[in-house]
Amino acid sequence: MPIEILMPALSPTMEEGNLSKWLKNEGDKIAPGDVIAEIETDKATMEVEAVDEGTLGKILIAAGSEGVKVNTPIAVLLQEGESTGDIGKSAAPAKAAAPAAEAPTAEEPAPAPNAAAAPVAAAPKAEVAADPDIPAGTEMVSTTVREALRDAMAEEMRRDADVFVMGEEVAEYQGAYKITQGLLQEFGPQRVVDTPITEHGFAGVGVGAAMTGLKPIVEFMTFNFAMQAIDQIINSAAKTLYMSGGQMGAPIVFRGPNGAAARVAAQHSQDYAAWYSHIPGLKVIQPYSAADAKGLLKAAIRDPNPVIFLENEILYGHSFDVPKLDDFVLPIGKARIHKAGKDVTIVSWGIGMTYAVKAEAELAKMGIDAEIIDLRTIRPMDLDTIIASVKKTNRLVTVEEGFPQSSVGDFIANQVSRQAFDYLDAPVITIAGKDVPMPYAANLEKLALPNVAEVIEAVKAVTYR
Amino acid sequence: MATAARKAPAKSKSDGKSPNLTTPKPLDFTKEQDLAAYRLMLLMRRFEEKAGQLYGMGFIGGFCHLYIGQEAVVTGLKMSLIEGDQMITAYRDHAHMLAMDMSPRGVMAELTGRRGGYSKGKGGSMHMFSKEKNFYGGHGIVGAQVSLGTGLGFANRYRGNKNVSVTYFGDGAANQGQVYESFNMASLWKLPVIYVIENNRYAMGTSVTRSSAETDFSQRGLSFRIPGIQVDGMDVRAVKAAGDLATEWCRSGNGPIILEMQTYRYRGHSMSDPAKYRTKEEVQKMRSEHDPIEQVKARLTSKKWASEDDLKNIDKEVRDIVADAADFAQTDPEPDASELWTDILV
Repeated sequence: MPIEILMPALSPTMEEGNLSKWLKNEGDKIAPGDVIAEIETDKATMEVEAVDEGTLGKILIAAGSEGVKVNTPIAVLLQEGESTGDIGKSAAPAKAAAPAAEAPTAEEPAPAPNAAAAPVAAAPKAEVAADPDIPAGTEMVSTTVREALRDAMAEEMRRDADVFVMGEEVAEYQGAYKITQGLLQEFGPQRVVDTPITEHGFAGVGVGAAMTGLKPIVEFMTFNFAMQAIDQIINSAAKTLYMSGGQMGAPIVFRGPNGAAARVAAQHSQDYAAWYSHIPGLKVIQPYSAADAKGLLKAAIRDPNPVIFLENEILYGHSFDVPKLDDFVLPIGKARIHKAGKDVTIVSWGIGMTYAVKAEAELAKMGIDAEIIDLRTIRPMDLDTIIASVKKTNRLVTVEEGFPQSSVGDFIANQVSRQAFDYLDAPVITIAGKDVPMPYAANLEKLALPNVAEVIEAVKAVTYR
Repeated sequence: MATAARKAPAKSKSDGKSPNLTTPKPLDFTKEQDLAAYRLMLLMRRFEEKAGQLYGMGFIGGFCHLYIGQEAVVTGLKMSLIEGDQMITAYRDHAHMLAMDMSPRGVMAELTGRRGGYSKGKGGSMHMFSKEKNFYGGHGIVGAQVSLGTGLGFANRYRGNKNVSVTYFGDGAANQGQVYESFNMASLWKLPVIYVIENNRYAMGTSVTRSSAETDFSQRGLSFRIPGIQVDGMDVRAVKAAGDLATEWCRSGNGPIILEMQTYRYRGHSMSDPAKYRTKEEVQKMRSEHDPIEQVKARLTSKKWASEDDLKNIDKEVRDIVADAADFAQTDPEPDASELWTDILV
């Protein structure tokens, strides 16, 4: 029986990829270990090796195809004694793990090159309130968060020669998550600096350079590794302005993916929003959409203070509309009303917004009109927008992925109880990740994270449904 | 072997394959140089003696780490610097600031937590800075200043200027991990950083032999191909000679260099340290035989570059500056309560 070769998953968060190149032609003999194709993932271009022996019977997905979903059959391998005539006789998937049912046969037309869908669709479109900072009538361009972050850095580096980026694999490798793709080619090794794997040291080097007035963007491959550097971030970057009586500070951005990715377990899955939000002298930004990622990263680079910019690996591939403006800069410290509503306020930020937005769609079907506030900046926090909303809806639910004790939601709940107690018709519910280290098993990981049902239940509870 | 060929020599340790970096002979100072060194070191000594006094009187609080005994190190190195060179150190920092020509009033008033202090009274003994004088602190976390100082060197290279970052740390900090992370990057990127290890023999109360597997600190850069030399840190002429070599090394694009300054602090680690970990005789021997200020004074006298009266005049001038600083630091008001909320963000 011919063997189907399936599109492999080559990174923890890969859902689809581009089939860049076939290195074998139809009719070629293939031995296990032979490189048969090159696949471009969200992180890198990878070679695909054959697992089984045989003859490449038919290529199902042409070279150059984009957005090929993981587990899509990409070719058929003929085993000894088989011929192309055998193709279509219920091919067996090459991987035991691959879904065996209803594998398409070779007679079905292969997807045309470049016809694949855009990267992972953003969350269901709710009625999005217009951002007051974008002029009406501005052309919008669908952009991934990844591209938006890259564009923000490139624009600021073109604008200001004092801006440079440093971190692990930011230059020649083009970024562990491809956020710095192309920057080395445009700006050269002087301004796109590959560091050794020494977070504590290079964070300090960045802060020292910033104290002289340079504007470093320090990329942490993930914020989990920034714990190695947390002394330099807090004791040196955040406090120097105060300790020097305003003489010198650190105009620096620390950025990188934060929070759970997919199946990378306890040491690589942690949301640091609450940690950094604790520290006076820091600004803390955690964007959800590509537009906010771009506008706020540009603002962060220009900001004379140390800014913690918390990204999310899962959001990197999500597409959003980004305004086509020459210089799109958003204000730090201003929340965005993602969707206006009257029955309940849901406050979230970063990837937490994905739960809030999906829950809102379900709640609408139940006749509950929820207002969603995307906080965007954790510190300084736009409490005014939250309080105003609570005064209107009288109910509040917060959603975040971080641990529950001393969470950002706890701080919001405390502030709301102080400033708008008389307006509350129900206790505030703060939804967070579970109070456990992140487990590896797929089912346990899902249980450890917040989910849409929890948000819906919380909203029903505060609205007494 | 590449590593052997690049082995950094210490004094009397040349293996014949090393770059020609041996400890230079102490310079012959001119009269002006000796007088300038004498005056500056005396200012540091008297300033800190006064600080110790004010601490005892309750005017200075918290931690106060005195540099007394080590004055030749920062004095000699300052004599090798040019406009724009940066200096950064840890918390034993008062003399470094005086060397960088920061105002004694501003430093003393910061020690007493007054509004006229360099940090408006918000930093204290361990946290003082002067952008104007290129002094980058004043850092309370042991070893953190080493990465920061490496960043100053990075900025110099980025801007393409000829300045060097003089980054001070002690024999205690020399065991911190980020020091070696910084060494690696500084050497890899050929950053102009002079790593000055002030080996005063005790990391707080732990002697170097009890804390350090390799007590020859000039060799600590070996794995990173950073050359180093050991220097008599009690002799300002030896320090100046090493400083000239090091600044030239860095300005010529050779990357970083390590100067192990062998020195000694007379006082305890901080004001509350009774220094029971060493004998009184050990301290007394250093004071009587190696004191950096007495060495210069003896030269000035024997060469007849200064008369008794000249020395008395210098002493009086220095005491006046210190008295003025102390008066200011005791009478200047505390910061306004509103300062609590300023300088958190720009």
